[in-house]
Amino acid sequence: MIDREEILARIGAADDAASLEALRVENLGKQGKVTQLLKTLGKMSPDERKTEGPKIHALREAVQGALDARKAELDRAELEARLKTETLDLSLPTPAAPQGSIHPVSQVMDELAEIFADLGFAVAEGPEIEDDWHNFGALNIPEAHPARAMQDTFYIAQGDNEEGAPQVLRTHTSPVQIRTMMRDKPPLRIIAPGRVYRSDSDATHTPMFHQVEGLVIDRNIHLGHLKWTLETFLKAFFERDDVELRLRPSYFPFTEPSAEVDVGYSIENGRPVIGGRENWMEVLGSGMVHPKVIANCGLDPDEWQGFAFGCGIDRLAMLKYGMDDLRAFFDADLRWLRHYGFSFLDTPTLSAGVGA
Amino acid sequence: MKFSLEWLKQFLDTDASVSDLADAMTAIGLEIEGVEDPADRLEGFSVAKVLTAAPHPDADKLQVLTVDTGDGKPLQVVCGAPNARAGMKGVLGQPGATVPANGMVLKKAAIRGVESNGMMCSTRELELGDDHDGIIELPEDAPVGASFADYSGASPVFDVFITPDRADCMGVMGIARDLAAAGLGTFKPVEVPTIETDGSCPVEIRTDDSEGCPAFYARVITGVKNGASPEWMQRRLIAAGQRPISALVDCTNYLMLSTGRPAHVYDLNKLSGPVVARRAKAGEKVLALNEKEYELDESMTVIADDKGAHDIGGIMGGEHSGADEASTDVLLEIAYFDPDRIAKTGQKLMLSSDARTRFERGVDPAFMDDGLALLTDLIVKTCGGTPSEVTRAGTPPMERPTITFDWNRTAALGGIEVPRERQVEILESLGFTVEGDDVTAPTWRHDIEGPADLVEEVARIVGFDQVPSTPLPRPDGVAHPTATRSQVVERRLRRAAAARGFNEAITWSFIPTSQADLFGGAPNLVANPISEDMKAMRPSLLPGLAAAARRNLDRGASSVRLFEVGRRYLAEGEKPTAALLMAGERSARDWDVGKATGFTAFDAKAEALALLEAAGAPTDNLQLFMDAGETWHPGRSAKLGLGPKKILAAFGEPHPELARALDLPKGTVVAEIFLDQIPQPKKTERARTPYAPPALQAVSRDFAFIVPNDLPADQLVRAIRGADKKAIVDARIFDRYEGNDALSLAVEVTLQPEAKSFTEEELSAISKKIVEAAVKKGATLRG
Repeated sequence: MIDREEILARIGAADDAASLEALRVENLGKQGKVTQLLKTLGKMSPDERKTEGPKIHALREAVQGALDARKAELDRAELEARLKTETLDLSLPTPAAPQGSIHPVSQVMDELAEIFADLGFAVAEGPEIEDDWHNFGALNIPEAHPARAMQDTFYIAQGDNEEGAPQVLRTHTSPVQIRTMMRDKPPLRIIAPGRVYRSDSDATHTPMFHQVEGLVIDRNIHLGHLKWTLETFLKAFFERDDVELRLRPSYFPFTEPSAEVDVGYSIENGRPVIGGRENWMEVLGSGMVHPKVIANCGLDPDEWQGFAFGCGIDRLAMLKYGMDDLRAFFDADLRWLRHYGFSFLDTPTLSAGVGA
Repeated sequence: MKFSLEWLKQFLDTDASVSDLADAMTAIGLEIEGVEDPADRLEGFSVAKVLTAAPHPDADKLQVLTVDTGDGKPLQVVCGAPNARAGMKGVLGQPGATVPANGMVLKKAAIRGVESNGMMCSTRELELGDDHDGIIELPEDAPVGASFADYSGASPVFDVFITPDRADCMGVMGIARDLAAAGLGTFKPVEVPTIETDGSCPVEIRTDDSEGCPAFYARVITGVKNGASPEWMQRRLIAAGQRPISALVDCTNYLMLSTGRPAHVYDLNKLSGPVVARRAKAGEKVLALNEKEYELDESMTVIADDKGAHDIGGIMGGEHSGADEASTDVLLEIAYFDPDRIAKTGQKLMLSSDARTRFERGVDPAFMDDGLALLTDLIVKTCGGTPSEVTRAGTPPMERPTITFDWNRTAALGGIEVPRERQVEILESLGFTVEGDDVTAPTWRHDIEGPADLVEEVARIVGFDQVPSTPLPRPDGVAHPTATRSQVVERRLRRAAAARGFNEAITWSFIPTSQADLFGGAPNLVANPISEDMKAMRPSLLPGLAAAARRNLDRGASSVRLFEVGRRYLAEGEKPTAALLMAGERSARDWDVGKATGFTAFDAKAEALALLEAAGAPTDNLQLFMDAGETWHPGRSAKLGLGPKKILAAFGEPHPELARALDLPKGTVVAEIFLDQIPQPKKTERARTPYAPPALQAVSRDFAFIVPNDLPADQLVRAIRGADKKAIVDARIFDRYEGNDALSLAVEVTLQPEAKSFTEEELSAISKKIVEAAVKKGATLRG
């Protein structure tokens, strides 16, 4: 008779896959002991088979079970032994991906486009090398007018365009107003961001900088709409509800009435923080488009009126994001670009916010 | 424009505080740039009497004074002024006071061993004048102990920015009128004196240039004695930032600052013959009061006599004919000059002056006689003399347009409801004449042309802060997209570049001409650049990025990945362009990978393609053309396009000579994307085509060819793809081996069966076509 306990004990003590396989062959192989026992069943009488059958089958199952269990144990031990050898020092650094960035001026332009899109303003563009009619004449700045001296102008040396008009680097984005009014039919709502140039260079002025122009032309637009638009825009841009504006009567040849716009701020930790009415700083020039300008564009000033405003983008960026030197904007110092720049993921949206 | 409160009060009866006045000026469009109270600066300085003066024991030039400060306890003060003496009264600064001229805080000190408890001050030290020869001597009746600020009548000074449209506010009187209209007091117009005259003007006055100088009034005063102007006048002039010169000059300056009316005083004895306003002769020269000589042309107006031109009319007097200390007989000139001509002359000569500033903005043509009377009165009162009658040549243009005003415009344009009566009241208080709906501007306002100007007058006096914010009408529904296709392209391209590790730069649009010349020159040069380095409008973005890369490398950056989106300024227009530059290390040395690696032209290609893809270009259809042009390395650069005439991008290594000229390190690669060349995608439906994956799996077959050394891999791949356009869905180089005498390229071809799997026969037929196509390119199948 087979000693079941002995077999199970030997299986349990097998210490590698080979000896376990030998025990399987010894017991469950074609000539194995248990196999031999199974073969005896065929020769038994039905009664004998009824009593012996279950026992022999139980023995086979026990042996098979013991083999399987031992195999699993051995596999686990082997895996554990292998895992002990498989270590990585994951504190080692991975290759650093280069850190790209969006320039603050581009970011702020995207913010402006998003805010004004909600107010129904499209983004318009125009040339930076302008003829002096678009830059001055159409804007009611005649040649001898002292206002021309207000904006130190770069002239293009090769001079005149095909029509013989002197060429200048645009001193403001206002010529885009003219081009828009001449090209499109009112009602109009546009902003026009872009590079502008003035012959000026010191700590707070660079010969090239960025402006955004706003223009609304319709039948019943008045100064109150201008005020609301600027308040709404600046509140959205600075992401504060306590933004306060002060409109001061001023003079621009292309608007009448004209207003300079101050925004209230306070000094916190040595920095200007927009909000409240403690101090004022000038951020915008604006006004109702001068009837002559509207007429210069071929529109009837008795039918159409509206407002325009212009604002430095670099300055908006500085006020919102805290840079203090305009010149650094155009130096392309990688350290500055990474410090003040924006992730490509910081796309301004109304739902996620226009600031980053 | 600077003026003191006491001067303002000559024209404005008001109890308003300094800050209320300042706020009101800003609110009505006279922007306050600063308010300074000299009393603040003179704090700690008081009237004192010198009781005794004795020589300093150890210094020849010093004296030891005892000074009565009014509190009965005389102080000892060491003083170096030669005029310090017992019995005189002066100004004492006590310890703690700050000397205005140099910011020094006074303290008790020992001077050469003698204690000194303050300083007796000179005019210059208190910034009241230039005199520094001795200490200030005050009159006998000066009250000892009084604060010097009070004693000297120091008055707060307003500094106001006057916009170019408001010449009328370039005199204190005009500012007072505006403030009165805004409810800050009662306007007191200047009182014009009646002048006692003796005889007609002995000098003939003419204007031969009625366009440039339509009116020229004058009179002579004989027997004047020029000297220092009176103290009250000097005080006002100093407050206004003017240096007192002599009584005659000060009187004209005073008239100008007070009423906005420039005038000029000639020494009659330096003139000969009639005094005439005429056009300058071409090349005529004038030595002006600033001691510079100006060469004039025929568009300019001069005041001349028989000897020649003396005066650049309305801009600056002449050095040889002006009144000076010795003048006894003078000719006063009050003229009206055409604003446009003054502006043009001033611009041409690049000559600014207070007179030009006022004339080019437009003075009050109705104020010529009054101005002349006021000036005469000032001179006679200060310098004595006998005035002649006035002689007048020409008449100034006095017409002002009458505007028929729809009073509702104030609400319709200004956004503020103001009752008609109030509007009329405001306009009249500003000097406008209102008759029914007809409004006429006063002669001193040159800026009123139409209804919009009247709206501004009413709105600014009521206050822009009273204009209610009114929401813009909002179209129904969610805001519509507003960005144009090219704007979207730029935004996507920027963010794609940043995502790929590039830092966006903004560099100057102008570059040195020498750098522009490397790119064939700049068609647009700035005529008046800030510097020669900012002269050429860039024909390429690369010089700006190269300079930026160089700066960063010099600052120690090891790896530079920069891009810029901006315009190139070409003869045919402004071209929106994106440029990328890679320099230094592509990857740093690394424990895993090994040594640092550099950039190759393939990096530039990868970036160009990625950005073109982001920009929506049809990158699958792009052809590659080797050698991107003269500025590129001929063998390591290429263009990508939809044909040789439709180039979307260029990339690779810059030409070594260009790299040297731009001081770029070896291993720099660049790419340019020509944004205006990217075709608009065909308008597509939002819905995609139905999803229909192939039923059967694709199979792949590898082919290895020996190819001619100069065969671009791209051509082999294109040939293979074209061999069976239906079955072949992809072909890709996966191996390249450059042997001693042959180049081997291995291609993995992906074949997509349709309804049925390929049979062996079909597969060998396709293979045959592939090999044939390759053979046509000079390839042979490797055995």
